[in-house]
Amino acid sequence: MEQTGRKTTRRQLLSAIGMLGGSAALYNMMTSLGYAAETQFTGPPKLSGARPGASVIVLGAGLAGMLAAYELTKAGYKVKVLEYQGRAGGRNWSLYGGDTVTELGGATQKVGFAPGNYLNPGPWRIPHHHRTLLHYCKAFGVALEPFIQFNHNAYVHNTDAFGGKPQRFKALAADFEGNVAELLGKALDQKGLDADVTAEDRDRLKEALRGWGMLDKDMKYAKNLHSSEHRGFDRPPGGGVNGEPTPSDPFELREVLKSGIWRNMSFFMNNEFQTTMFQPVGGMGMIGKAFASKVQPLITYNAKVSKIAQDKKGVTVTYADTGTGAVTEAKGDFCVCTIPLSVLSQIESNLSPKMQEAIAAVPYSNSVKIGLEMGRRFWEEDAAIYGGHSFTNQEIGLISYPNNNFLQDGPAVLLGAFAGGMGGYHIGGMTPEERIEAALAQGSVFHPESYRKEFRNGVSVAWSRVPWMLGCCARWTEETRAQHYQTLVAMDDRVVLAGEHASYVGCWMEGALLSSIDAITRLHKRALEA
Amino acid sequence: MSRKLILAAVLALTAAPAAMAPAAWADEAPTGGKPPVPVTGEQVYRVVCQSCHMADAKGGVGAAAIPGLAANPRLKAAAYPITMVLKGRGAMPWFNDTLSPAQTAAVVTYIRTNFGNSYGPVTEADVARFAGH
Repeated sequence: MEQTGRKTTRRQLLSAIGMLGGSAALYNMMTSLGYAAETQFTGPPKLSGARPGASVIVLGAGLAGMLAAYELTKAGYKVKVLEYQGRAGGRNWSLYGGDTVTELGGATQKVGFAPGNYLNPGPWRIPHHHRTLLHYCKAFGVALEPFIQFNHNAYVHNTDAFGGKPQRFKALAADFEGNVAELLGKALDQKGLDADVTAEDRDRLKEALRGWGMLDKDMKYAKNLHSSEHRGFDRPPGGGVNGEPTPSDPFELREVLKSGIWRNMSFFMNNEFQTTMFQPVGGMGMIGKAFASKVQPLITYNAKVSKIAQDKKGVTVTYADTGTGAVTEAKGDFCVCTIPLSVLSQIESNLSPKMQEAIAAVPYSNSVKIGLEMGRRFWEEDAAIYGGHSFTNQEIGLISYPNNNFLQDGPAVLLGAFAGGMGGYHIGGMTPEERIEAALAQGSVFHPESYRKEFRNGVSVAWSRVPWMLGCCARWTEETRAQHYQTLVAMDDRVVLAGEHASYVGCWMEGALLSSIDAITRLHKRALEA
Repeated sequence: MSRKLILAAVLALTAAPAAMAPAAWADEAPTGGKPPVPVTGEQVYRVVCQSCHMADAKGGVGAAAIPGLAANPRLKAAAYPITMVLKGRGAMPWFNDTLSPAQTAAVVTYIRTNFGNSYGPVTEADVARFAGH
């Protein structure tokens, strides 16, 4: 087959398959080629027929570990799960009023949120194509609601543009597109693109630019009711005497460019951040709780693993009870290890040298999330912002508005920071009190009248100081992928690793689940062959 | 197109999903934040390092440990802290793309001459030597 024109070639192929095998075959083939689905999920694993008495030790009761425990138990294995924390779920986690968080270094925060309010320190949104996660949410009865990912009416703030005044996303995006359309139209008129487009296409393109960029009949992006349809009106349309709308002034192109709005526009186009997105009703931690409800009796909590040793007969895991210090050995025929590499790299084992090298070669990112409880929904009441994010180039990165209980009275929790990179290190290195102050100082730029006035209490989670993670997510590079990934995911005799770190959907729950399904499928095959 | 050819083509297409898959976008924090740019070794330590190693450089212990830098004999050979800051290892991220050689030299000097350590300064040239490897 020719290498050129993959799209056409694939379409030809698909129609040929459609003719040969009917539409069901076509759909299956489309799915496997990635047209109808954007995940490698092909349904839950159908494992069965484990050898009588065969056993598996699962290390870690996050989503990867609990999926493994659930599916392997169904397949007939005797499963024991060891979990360091006193709770299941791992990074799938929500904090509610009354909870306490203790971080490395000893700082302890007590969450003061009102009933029903929560912070998701870890994952907080689910793409519509993360079909594995959606499958288990449905299977385990986790109610989902929309996560308002894209809000045109939220703000974008850049300290270097508009004198530091935040502007609405819709106005910046409209002005960016309008100006680009006008400039491209000029280039077409000046015959600057004649070498690239035919006369016929040039006319079509001009028509497209006029419509897309909200240009006037002279191909200008100007102040009028037409451009205001995208960017917003000075006086919006109403009823009666003053019903007639008045248009708004477009911003200077220079300021629009300085705002970096294209970054935000581009962000929403990323596969993982396209709408529709979901969140569980009541907090992301509902997913971990649902998984835990299926495997609860199998889990030993407060178990700190100190050694993983395997021989020809099986795997022995040494662990200490974090409360009593009592040391115990667990034995199984096989082991699914979902311990994050940041922690696993410090645990003694006799895994192969190549595997140990791979485990130590993948550093972890950092991020900080801060929940701020406000006395009322001023972002809704005063700014007509219902869910979604306002972005800033300050360290906090963004603030994000609650996606539930719209229009209600009473306190609500804002995500006051989602800080990564250098900003995340800086805020992460602060005391919890200093973090709240930084979040209030920086977030006030969006809602200066109300931000401090309505603040009631807050809680922060700096992942670099989370005692069971020492970081946020595995950070692969092209080089480490090439050098270590296949080693990391391969079965090391009787031990197989699983988790987001053992996937190409890094830092997402979907990656943890897909990795786990792949790991246990291979483990089962190996166990039947043994 | 013969049936055999189609099957071969299907296998060829499905066998290489990694090459065709778009880059995975992690749900981690955006990195557009604009923190103050630290200059001195102490500033770099406060803005970056203490996020894990703690303000007193004593690290912490949970399911695993963040090593303390205070009174740490492993800082004696300058190559070790320089390489760790540049390239990372275990949970420790690399900083060769976020800290300049001057910042790296400053912070390594800072930890080697504070917190109960007295091993002397390192220079940008020292950092450059290890950055190349």
